[in-house]
Amino acid sequence: MTGDEVSKGSDDMMIDEYEQKQGNVVPDGFNSHYLKVYYGKLFPYADIFKWMSYGNDGKHPVCDQSYFSRREFSFTLDNEVYLRFQSFNSMSELENSVKEKCPVKIDIGPVYSVDPSKRHAYAQSGDNVFTPVERELIFDIDMSDYDDVRYCCSGADVCLECWPLMTIAVKVIDTSLRDDFGFSHILWVYSGRRGVHCWVCDGKARRLTNEQRAAIADYFRVYKGNENSHKKVSFTGLALHPFLARSYTEVLMDFFERKLLLSQEIFSTEERYEKILDMIPDPDQSITSELRGKWQEKRRTANSKDDINVVRWEQLKNMLQSGKHKVQGLRRCVEEIVFSFTYPRLDMEVSKHMNHLLKAPFCVHPKTGRVCVPIDPNRCEEFDPTAVPTLSNLLEQLNIGGLRAEVDNEWDRTSLGKSIRFFRSSFLQPLLKSCKEEMESSYNAKLQQSKNSFSW
Amino acid sequence: MEPVRSQRKLIVNDVVSTLPLYRSAPALEVRLEEFELFALDRLRVLKGISDALSRGRKPEEMEKLAIDLWKTNMRHPQASEVINKDKISHFVLRLVYCRTEDLRKWFLSMETALFRYRFKREKQEAQRALMAEFDLPYKAVSSPEFESVKEKLVLVSRSLGQSSPTADDIFFKVPFEEVPELVAGRRVFISKGHAYIAMSQVVSLVATQFRSHLSKALILTNRKWTTTIAEQEKDRLTPIVEALSSSYLGPDYSQPKEFAQISLKDIDDVAKSSFPLCMRHLFEKLREDHHLKHGGRMQLGLFLKGVGLKLDDALAFWKAEFSRKVGAERFDKEYSYGIRHNYGREGKRTDYTPYSCQKIISSTPGVGDHHGCPYRNFSEENLRAALNKMGVTGRAVGDVMDKVRNRHYQLACTLTFEAVHGSSCDAGINHPNQYFSDSQKIMQSKNQSAA
Ligand code: SF4
Ligand SMILES: [Zn+2]
Repeated sequence: MTGDEVSKGSDDMMIDEYEQKQGNVVPDGFNSHYLKVYYGKLFPYADIFKWMSYGNDGKHPVCDQSYFSRREFSFTLDNEVYLRFQSFNSMSELENSVKEKCPVKIDIGPVYSVDPSKRHAYAQSGDNVFTPVERELIFDIDMSDYDDVRYCCSGADVCLECWPLMTIAVKVIDTSLRDDFGFSHILWVYSGRRGVHCWVCDGKARRLTNEQRAAIADYFRVYKGNENSHKKVSFTGLALHPFLARSYTEVLMDFFERKLLLSQEIFSTEERYEKILDMIPDPDQSITSELRGKWQEKRRTANSKDDINVVRWEQLKNMLQSGKHKVQGLRRCVEEIVFSFTYPRLDMEVSKHMNHLLKAPFCVHPKTGRVCVPIDPNRCEEFDPTAVPTLSNLLEQLNIGGLRAEVDNEWDRTSLGKSIRFFRSSFLQPLLKSCKEEMESSYNAKLQQSKNSFSW
Repeated sequence: MEPVRSQRKLIVNDVVSTLPLYRSAPALEVRLEEFELFALDRLRVLKGISDALSRGRKPEEMEKLAIDLWKTNMRHPQASEVINKDKISHFVLRLVYCRTEDLRKWFLSMETALFRYRFKREKQEAQRALMAEFDLPYKAVSSPEFESVKEKLVLVSRSLGQSSPTADDIFFKVPFEEVPELVAGRRVFISKGHAYIAMSQVVSLVATQFRSHLSKALILTNRKWTTTIAEQEKDRLTPIVEALSSSYLGPDYSQPKEFAQISLKDIDDVAKSSFPLCMRHLFEKLREDHHLKHGGRMQLGLFLKGVGLKLDDALAFWKAEFSRKVGAERFDKEYSYGIRHNYGREGKRTDYTPYSCQKIISSTPGVGDHHGCPYRNFSEENLRAALNKMGVTGRAVGDVMDKVRNRHYQLACTLTFEAVHGSSCDAGINHPNQYFSDSQKIMQSKNQSAA
């Protein structure tokens, strides 16, 4: 249902005229009336403020009081107006502005050297005074980049058949960020429609240079091809790098064989299996033609108890791994196929530059009405994008509670409560604790330094 | 030019390296003509490296080439003067190349590349001495620790097609941030934020340090130049520096020159006749999909700016395509900013010169991307088809493919140019905008002779 359809019947937005069940069913969809209520009663300003302050809102002597106000926010308004370089001195400024403007999307940018709303005042001095100084390391993974390996939907759509691709991405990237790079304050967020966002918030992540960000993004990249060359994944070495090897054995192979092989019916038609045969570097065609031969004989072995995808995959694996064929490049071919169908595809540009914007958590996606809620990486397999709170659910739940005196945490009695509690306990609290420790140690280091400098 | 460091720890186990880190300017009396001559000699080396890189030479070739250039140009009749020449020439060029961001960038990459090749030629002891001079506090990984990660280190070597490390090999454990290029290529094992780098990879660590020191120093030098040196030295050094900088810079193509302005109605014809393959491909994809991802928008957008498409026309051009896919509103909201940005109307103005071949060739297009250099990124089949479409056929295609197989992408592009235009291109193709302007020149002279 589009926004237009909804707004016709939305004079009394608490009541859906078509659904006769109860008086408090709210129509699906998204409109600015709903959004006003959401921003008025549910959006967790305090949590966003606490997060974006990284402890600098406290009283500690090393607190940087200007920190939050140098952060860029940007708003997309209903009438397609796009406001960049918004900044706020306090939580209430942020809150008031959001309530007043009611943006359909809030983006978060970097912390700049100076207040971004005053950047023009510094522009004359030439020396690039206005420049990003801190930014979370971010990742954006979008299902539409997987269109060549999913057959259930394409483009902006997702369903439970293809969502496992996102689950894989969360698992692979999250594990590496923690075990390889040593980061610990990592927030995963559902993008509201067809993908996931990741925010790495450790101090050392926020201070990475563009070059270092690009290096991490490249570390995660295995697709060497592009739209104009066939091969998308190609491993030439005698072994996989430990990171890839771990991802392969712990996540990719399992998901491929247990889920995607069946749910995407990867070998079910000629067109589909030809795509895979195409990935086998086989100059004299001996392997591919043998496999093709087997698969074209219309199931002579009518042993159709076994799924045809599983059968064909096993045949292919046996062929490639039997060692009969000593063709160069075959060694890694099974791995290459699995990687092609499962390995995360990042939007590299987003991660490489400090000044890229990313949608704030807890925004509502204007097309789906779904809230961009955090995802628990330890339980990401349970996450169901079709079951996240939507604007209309939330309003219904508010209505059920009926008119109450204004309470502090209205979200507590909605399905958003679980998400906000998770955000606090698993992400925000540990983050703020370590910010405090970092401040403490930098303060001590300063004290030490000033002592030393007296010693002459 | 900057404070002399208090202690120099050049000597470790009596090993002396002749590779200076240029931490402090030489306190020598320099004769003016030497000043200029030394600088020119060094510039020849840096230019040579730059040209070879943009021709897509392989790393192994590069090292030899750089060292040869060095040996030919940086000799001095008196052996004792060699190191002074090295230092003086470096510091003179700092003055020349400190003054704009583009110049600094170029100088920084070429000096770092040079440093890297020279460092690799040093003996292991000398390398460790240089590490110490950089104050890099990393100790070699102990043997119990080595044993605990050995399995992973073996995997890394095997994934790179190298022989497995043994207990005799020295490894260092460094924060991953210090070796970005090794991280990017997955050339190291990383655990809990630390990269295990082999002795043979130390060059990457040291080069990163070298680069970041030099980068900061160049900014300082620039400040000093504008505040004091230029004025103080206006009768002596300043004219030489000015001359050096103006005579040795390639054109940057950020301002269209000869063929100022192409208009929207001609753009399809011009694209067919005068765009190099990389731009033609982007252009066609844009017309076909009504969309290009970020990398493609940048590469084509800046090229069109260099070709002389004015901002208003550029906006109209992109909007006409994008709005068919995403709608006019979303275009205004999300994409027009980027285009204005390229033209320096919004945001801060840096690095908006059209990309050179070198930059395009080294870019890494991913899924859904169409930017980059087709000679490098296309499969053979696709490249053949694309060449045929440009009117290149028969033997010429084979010649182009040969160059591609040897990874001489710009030579492949040059051959294409020659086949398409039926005239030679001796200078070779270094820049898509150069391809364009050379092509236009030929077309115009043909038109004139036909008229
Ligand atoms: S060589 Fe240069 S001009 Fe030619 S296609 Fe490649 S990048 Fe473009
Ligand atoms: Zn689907």
